Amino acid sequence: MNSIVCIKRVPDSEARIRVAADGESIDPSGVKFDMNEYDKYAIEEALQQREAAGEGQVTVVTVGRDDARETLRQALAMGADEAVLLRADVSLDGLPIARALADEIRDRPFDLLLFGKQAIDDDGMQVPAMVSELLGLPCATVVVSLEIDEGHVTARREIEGGHEVVEFDLPGVLAAQKGLNEPRYPSLKGIMAAKKKPLEEKDVELVDGGLELVELSGPPSRPEPEIVGEGAEAVPELVRRLRQEVKVL
Amino acid sequence: MADVIAYAETRDGTLRPVARETVSAARALADELGGRVVAVALDGPGSADAVRELARFGADRILAAEHPALTDYHPDAAVQAIESTAEASAAAAIVFPASARGKDLSARVAGRLNRSLATEVTELGVEDGSVVVTRPVYAGKAYAKLRFRTTPALISIRPNVFPVAERQGGGVVETLDIQPGDARTRVTGTEGGARERLDVREADIVVAGGRGLQAPEHWEMMDDLVDALGPQATLGASRAVVDAGWRPHGEQVGQTGKVVSPSLYFAIGISGAIQHLAGMRTANVIVAVNKDPEAPIFGVANYGIVGDAFEVVPRLTEEIRTLRDSGG
Repeated sequence: MNSIVCIKRVPDSEARIRVAADGESIDPSGVKFDMNEYDKYAIEEALQQREAAGEGQVTVVTVGRDDARETLRQALAMGADEAVLLRADVSLDGLPIARALADEIRDRPFDLLLFGKQAIDDDGMQVPAMVSELLGLPCATVVVSLEIDEGHVTARREIEGGHEVVEFDLPGVLAAQKGLNEPRYPSLKGIMAAKKKPLEEKDVELVDGGLELVELSGPPSRPEPEIVGEGAEAVPELVRRLRQEVKVL
Repeated sequence: MADVIAYAETRDGTLRPVARETVSAARALADELGGRVVAVALDGPGSADAVRELARFGADRILAAEHPALTDYHPDAAVQAIESTAEASAAAAIVFPASARGKDLSARVAGRLNRSLATEVTELGVEDGSVVVTRPVYAGKAYAKLRFRTTPALISIRPNVFPVAERQGGGVVETLDIQPGDARTRVTGTEGGARERLDVREADIVVAGGRGLQAPEHWEMMDDLVDALGPQATLGASRAVVDAGWRPHGEQVGQTGKVVSPSLYFAIGISGAIQHLAGMRTANVIVAVNKDPEAPIFGVANYGIVGDAFEVVPRLTEEIRTLRDSGG
């Protein structure tokens, strides 16, 4: 079972995000970066499928700058076999990223192409399905459970209030949601081994996408908070405000 | 023609609420662009009746495909239907709901058409002839304003954000001839369709609980509060209680859960980690109940009660029941 997993380096979910003075980027000072959380489920799934099959190769690919090497090493430490850094400046437009990934992946042999369901920086939630169309492959997104039996995939994807069962034959594309598995932590042995695993780097030219950034801004401010009172005695006053002041009850 | 295509999402032969929002948003965009709204719907036999009402929200044409194979989501057929409609009408924009299905489908269409896609859009308009959108990034810790340089502009709109607007006139239902062939991706079933509660992204009122509730069995009183608030209310949860296995992750609100914009959000026993605040700060009104007066959740709440959730929540349920019983 050969898998390719596309991953991304993003600010940690606990990071405070401030817009930089240029109005087009975030201020990186004090921001901790990590592998996108959902990508960890994708890598874990690739490793488990390789282990279940008893053979195969797990390749991780990212589009990013030099610092994305660290994220690729993290994936190698988890147990991936090789890594590819497609060096480019990442934009908020998912299409050029999907095109670059599709171009890299097209000629590689694989059974499963995995992604996290969403990158928690641009929240685009589009690259997996875009790549599947660009490569003409079947695809299931937001996958919470998976069975593979002799090349036939049965996946459950999360929808409002339930799940959809999606089936297809390999090769195909899956986008992992939390709940699919429990991602492993890299072991010390894994971290040592990762240093010797192949990490290929190449510069790529991203195509022009259809979206240009006009400006990045902070979130709209919230009204001044107010403490209505303490304990259960404050409830009638709260309900009165909700009815009469903001009219949401 | 600067037509705007709206994907009208149905499930089990009925329109989903977000379909009205999608068509209304497409109508507003088409008015600015000077074009028509073409609604596209795909579902099982007999579903065309359900989409007729889209005329009331400004659809000039309603193209409905009915086929037994379209009863469940059929991504390949839906991509093909939207692709052919977009080509036939030289569409300026295609609007999807940012629902589970809409997000999946919009990205497939973007790949097929080789066009860029802006997801979870919260503002939509036209500047100097180009479609311009605003969308949250970093789970709403920042907002990106983006301009489309290519057409059609592909957009998915965040549920519960765009107003539903009724219009005069509107079109009739036309048959969209789709013969679903061999699908690459087959949806072979849906589980949990007869759900008791709304999804946390679709509900008008969210009652969310955190670690302050101390144990999973204490969600009984949360259930009572949701019941008192009515069918537009649902449960939400913090990451801590989902990670602890107390609540299903479908309820998780936050940067690594769902981002919600209800009109009323109750944060009960939730301290307010940055990643949680990112997921709910666009709620219209936020109420926080927490024992700790220094909890960060009070910083984003319109109204706060400092106190024990086990006293405050049952009292709140009681007050709301009284209100509902008196017809308020």
